[in-house]
Amino acid sequence: MSMLEYRRFSSLEDALRFLSERPDAKIVAGGTDLVVQMRMGKLKPSTVADIRGIMELRGIRESDEGLEIGALTTIEEIRESSLVERLAPPLWEAAQEFATWQIRNMGTIGGNLCNASPAADTAPPLMVLGARVRTARLGGGRTIPIEEFFRGPGETILEKGELLTHVHIPRPGDSEGHAFQRLGRRVAHILSIVSAAAAVGVEDGRIGWVRVALGSVAPTPVRARTVERELTGKTPSRDLIKSASEKVLNDIKPISDVRASAEYRRAMSVVLVRRVLEKALRRAGA
Amino acid sequence: MRIRFTLNGRRVEVDAPPHITLLELLRNYLRTTGVKRGCETGECGACTILMDGKPVNSCLILAPMAEGAEIVTVEGLAEDGRLHPIQEAFIEENALQCGYCTPGFLITAKALLDRVPEPSVELIKDALTGNICRCGAYRMIISAVLRASEKMRTTSASQG
Repeated sequence: MSMLEYRRFSSLEDALRFLSERPDAKIVAGGTDLVVQMRMGKLKPSTVADIRGIMELRGIRESDEGLEIGALTTIEEIRESSLVERLAPPLWEAAQEFATWQIRNMGTIGGNLCNASPAADTAPPLMVLGARVRTARLGGGRTIPIEEFFRGPGETILEKGELLTHVHIPRPGDSEGHAFQRLGRRVAHILSIVSAAAAVGVEDGRIGWVRVALGSVAPTPVRARTVERELTGKTPSRDLIKSASEKVLNDIKPISDVRASAEYRRAMSVVLVRRVLEKALRRAGA
Repeated sequence: MRIRFTLNGRRVEVDAPPHITLLELLRNYLRTTGVKRGCETGECGACTILMDGKPVNSCLILAPMAEGAEIVTVEGLAEDGRLHPIQEAFIEENALQCGYCTPGFLITAKALLDRVPEPSVELIKDALTGNICRCGAYRMIISAVLRASEKMRTTSASQG
């Protein structure tokens, strides 16, 4: 580690050129995950590329389609943003209970996604919001739905030399409701045991469409498609939500770890899915 | 690697290897040992400093990331040999036992009071969740932040 080469970039072009030549370089955005992994010896990078000076990767903007969030935007900036509160409510809710003030001031949304923890709390909200992520690489880039971004714990679809640059969130429609809820051993600063988000669009008193996603219950954040199928097109009722929530067991594969047992995670997934559905439907005016 | 930034209002320039943390740089290279080393994983808050006015864990920051930043440690709170009102309030409320967590608490409390001069107890608790006191002085710490808020508002009112 004493041979570490540290490079700073303020231009995206320069950073991409460097990453194409040095594909093993580790990127530092907020550093909150990277530094811990380096100290634990899990990561021994020979090169670190500091991209914090690339201004076009910062900030929250309202666009024609909705919201554009730069990868370097901190979780605290998201937490304090009235734009996010209005246009991406479950993401805003997730930022409220995210880690600590100190970590939120450094940690970025891009880092939270690229670190690809199954417990990344920004992922389930982005999944139910139908978000897409934009990437850049020398001579190109791509835009992909957030649920195709994760491959496994710590693994994303990003290729060597490819950088996540922005998150795009479509503008929510009328009679649309959202919710996010997480369960941890305490409220603050603890990895989620289970987290769940829901978005629902109500049309003529029926559930026109619905998206449900969970964190910490599979190798990646996951959509609960069985639950969604069970609800779509139906008239919402307490009994329907209850029976549909139980179907989440088909969509998740939790493990036992230091935070909770697989059995507890399964039981709590059902509870959290029911609660976020009830809340999202209430907010949609159903 | 040469790293330049502002430390407690003074410009500093220091040569250090890039893999060390800002915590190590501050303690071992610049002797600002008021910054405490605790868990080194961002859990305890003992190493909290202000970076460009925001509270951050110096143990989770690589030293070169401080380039160009304004860093404030507990050493930067007192002015002209006079303790900061937050420090006075911590003493008056007995808001510490062993004192190891205190520099971190003082810094986070300063960041809060700079933003919100009159915070509610709820807001104080929310702001301080990243600082752990194993002696369990939390109740007195919250009283001290409330007292500091009062002191600071009185001072700025008499100056205004």
